[in-house]
Amino acid sequence: MNGAHDMGGMDGFGPVDIEKNEPIFHAEWERRAFALTVAMGAHGLWNIDMSRFMRENRDPLGYLEDSYYERWLYGLEALLERNNLVTRDEIAARMRSLAEGGGEDAA
Amino acid sequence: MSQHDHGAPPSDTALRVKALESLLVEKGLVDPAALDALIDTYENKVGPRNGAAVVARAWADPDYKVRLLGDATAAIAEFGFTGRQGEHMVAVENTTRVHNVVVCTLCSCYPWTVLGLPPVWYKASPYRARVVKEPRAVLAEFGVTLPEDVEMRVWDSTAEIRYLVLPRRPEGSEALGEAELAELVTRDSMIGTGLALIPDAMRAKTEAAE
Repeated sequence: MNGAHDMGGMDGFGPVDIEKNEPIFHAEWERRAFALTVAMGAHGLWNIDMSRFMRENRDPLGYLEDSYYERWLYGLEALLERNNLVTRDEIAARMRSLAEGGGEDAA
Repeated sequence: MSQHDHGAPPSDTALRVKALESLLVEKGLVDPAALDALIDTYENKVGPRNGAAVVARAWADPDYKVRLLGDATAAIAEFGFTGRQGEHMVAVENTTRVHNVVVCTLCSCYPWTVLGLPPVWYKASPYRARVVKEPRAVLAEFGVTLPEDVEMRVWDSTAEIRYLVLPRRPEGSEALGEAELAELVTRDSMIGTGLALIPDAMRAKTEAAE
């Protein structure tokens, strides 16, 4: 599949930005997004190629703008929706209820 | 690199991840303790020290080096370094004539079993786009300049095959044992964007001569 991810040989991205003494993760949400993706992968409902396809088969601007673990999150959500495990509507509802400080989804 | 590459999220990304975890736990699809264990493994247990032990043995033991270059997956498994993102390993040797560099132009494929999780630069657009086209310019940004007659070989990883660069054993390391040799092996030297460190004794000698 072609797409924005197929960037080998492209010009214009500028110098490599090397971070000294880089931490493994840069935020707590990155830790959780990483672990959720790996843990869900272990169920064997999809393989690495399906994960990659879901991360990459999207609008190019979104792909290029997202940080690395945002791409993972986007891909995991797409896999969960396709496998009828979690819908994006459910995620939105849970976000609203968490933001309001409750555990239950807002009606 | 944009600020995004360093993980600065739009304000609701953290909340989004929290919501997703909460739903997956509620549905019995993930166990929070298993998530914590995964994070601990990749933050504290699996990392470039694994690869450094492999490289040090290849330097110290010629038979091991033959096994590593012949079947890297099996030779690395001798250390117990097996599993996710290291199922099909290939080791490529740097010499006075050839320098190897590893990339994943399409995403971020990387040998987790020996190097842990990749740094941001490895996953970001500039490295992925440029190292296949102008490897010497990219290496210079890492402070590495090699003679013009050294052949550059850039290996593009796939979802299956992951590469480990066997860096050149530095001069002055002849008397060192495996544990000391491993201290000379940096993460970047095993990706090919760095060289193995020069031993202290050799560095002191070089500095005294200057």
